[in-house]
Amino acid sequence: MNTAHPPIFPHRHLLGIEGLSPLDIKALLDLADEQVEVSRQVEKKKTTLRGRTQINLFFEPSTRTQSSFEIAGKRLGADVMNMSVASSSVKKGETLIDTAATLNAMRPDLIIVRHHAAGAVNLLAQKVDCSVVNAGDGAHEHPTQALLDALTIRRNKGRIEGLTVAICGDILHSRVARSNMILLAAMGAHVRLVAPSTLLPPGIERLGFEMHTDMKRGLRDADIVMMLRLQRERMNGSFVPSVKEYFRFYGLDQEKLDYAKPDALVMHPGPMNRGVEIASDVADGAQSLIREQVEMGVAVRMAVLEALASHLPNR
Amino acid sequence: MTSTRPLLLKNARLVDPASGREEHGGVLVSDGLIADVGHHVIAATDAEVIDCAGQVLAPGLIDMRAFIGEPGAAHRETLKSAGEAAAAGGVTTIVSMPDTNPVLDDPAIIDFVMRRARDTSIVNVRPAAALTKGLKGEEMAEIGLLREAGAVAFTDGARSVTNAQVMRRALTYARDFDALIVHHVEDPDLVAQGVMNEGEFAARLGLPGIPREAETVMLERDIRLVRLTGGRYHAAMISCADSVEIVKAAKERGLPITCGVSINNLALNENDIGEYRTFFKLSPPLRHEDDRLAMIEAIADGIVDVIVSDHNPQDVETKRLPFAEAADGAVGLETLLSAGLRLVHAGSISLPKLLRALSTRPAEILGLPAGRLTRGAPADLIVFDPEAPYVLDKRSLRSQSKNTPFEDARLEGQVTKTIVAGRMVFDRSLS
Repeated sequence: MNTAHPPIFPHRHLLGIEGLSPLDIKALLDLADEQVEVSRQVEKKKTTLRGRTQINLFFEPSTRTQSSFEIAGKRLGADVMNMSVASSSVKKGETLIDTAATLNAMRPDLIIVRHHAAGAVNLLAQKVDCSVVNAGDGAHEHPTQALLDALTIRRNKGRIEGLTVAICGDILHSRVARSNMILLAAMGAHVRLVAPSTLLPPGIERLGFEMHTDMKRGLRDADIVMMLRLQRERMNGSFVPSVKEYFRFYGLDQEKLDYAKPDALVMHPGPMNRGVEIASDVADGAQSLIREQVEMGVAVRMAVLEALASHLPNR
Repeated sequence: MTSTRPLLLKNARLVDPASGREEHGGVLVSDGLIADVGHHVIAATDAEVIDCAGQVLAPGLIDMRAFIGEPGAAHRETLKSAGEAAAAGGVTTIVSMPDTNPVLDDPAIIDFVMRRARDTSIVNVRPAAALTKGLKGEEMAEIGLLREAGAVAFTDGARSVTNAQVMRRALTYARDFDALIVHHVEDPDLVAQGVMNEGEFAARLGLPGIPREAETVMLERDIRLVRLTGGRYHAAMISCADSVEIVKAAKERGLPITCGVSINNLALNENDIGEYRTFFKLSPPLRHEDDRLAMIEAIADGIVDVIVSDHNPQDVETKRLPFAEAADGAVGLETLLSAGLRLVHAGSISLPKLLRALSTRPAEILGLPAGRLTRGAPADLIVFDPEAPYVLDKRSLRSQSKNTPFEDARLEGQVTKTIVAGRMVFDRSLS
């Protein structure tokens, strides 16, 4: 493999936070800080990915992640092609591996993949010659979300190390939670998991995180409160009894937030269910970083694409 | 009632099943609580004094399983009539089942029952809420909100939750709220068309039987799920020797499991069905005499924690039918203590052990402060003559429904006074 200069990021793909060193993470966050500045200029266009082809391959619908990757690629000068499952041959029964081989033949440089099955992005990455970014695979990982959350935290608190971060809600089904747990722990934060036991993966207690089923206890003296989305089909009696009960015991309202530190900040990966996992006044309140997370999302994805681009063959 | 005058119950045989202590003495009641207890207790000067004439003075009974028709079937039983029956039987706290119409699966309905009971019932009524919405066994009910509204336990009443995934999640979720799940352990597929204990007697009567395995299979499943989840679990009623062994093994493993038995399965056996007598059609069914003896031993050993009346009022419409078509259930609030005392008179268990299963253990399992003769405990008390003989005349029952399996039975031991929160709610000398 030919590289013009030594890579700042020693990986060909970004499949998960698992496997990244604290140095890798720091390098990406530092690079993302620069991208924030780029995105705030009138002239937002760079040339890092000029001539490169980026395919956004989304097997699951996602407005915000897909558009964030699209904007990131375009700001770096790549040609971005969106391929969503609704219009693809996957609907016609093509296997994941065949899809990978087909796309690979078109010689893309970067493929951004979201898939409903855990491990699917890994599988696809083994079958293509280009770089692959995991944009979410099942309940496994969503690394760019964790990175953008980390960037948001670092820019607001000046550090990650030593902070107490409470991750609250549907941890069982959340790839966001998994990536964040790994990243935050690697960067020296104290991670708490707060959820009803039905929304915690059995066995997670052995991973060494502090766990709470009582939200007020879980939020006590937290620096960051990270809320997770509860899918509609899980609200009515299967995992939790009802929206009313979930909001009462696990929804973030000002009363519960007051158990955290006075300068605690609130995050949510979106899209939010107002009145389910978060009260509107908190989501829109002074402690909320939710809008800023979206902005950081573009910067982090630019950083990831740029970092991976340094690995792309130049011949 | 706002009477704040202290009450002294003196000259009694005090039986405290919580401590196992028996002594001659009295209890001083003030502000609805036990102010003092023991042989030394002397009246405050302004106290109202009641001479117990050497009769037993014990904590009131706590019945963990009673079906009451309100709301929805007030023609069978109301909170008022159930309260009167309970008081006459020495039951000072009833745990009412959620199998009502509407089902007790909504905090507002729990609130309604509690208000209605407060206004009309002379004994304490603590509702058990539905474990699943509509008792359908599919989606868990609002355990947290229902508990805040006052539900003391979660159960689908006379129904079993057959879906193991639903039970697993309910146990898991309930644990976070330290909520107690009470389960009717009877696999409906194994019960099928069965109407009485499976065996020789059923074969003779030509009635389809209910195998013991309908109970043991469900019980074993539940215990596995308790081991998996750590949820607090109470098997509402077990009825056979095999189940005792299962519970014993689970308790030895240290699992958070308790269980109950119906007074009917302690006092009666399948032969009492005789000529298709529908008042003996029960769920779980009356079993073989060997099972009955095993259940009594299990109470004596403490393997089975509580005795319940399984009070289930049914009227003529639902009982005067061919055996297989009749509804399950018998009234029992009023005869619970008398039927239990049969075991004491037979020498099978001691009086404190009987009262422990009828009062102290239910209180402990439900997290209630009653069930003990201790200073500061609620003054829910009964006075009874354990030897008083009588023949049960079902017309004398206060329950609105008269479906008792003890009709014309010779019983020994009758409550003479019942006190709830320091207030006399039943006095046989006046009735």
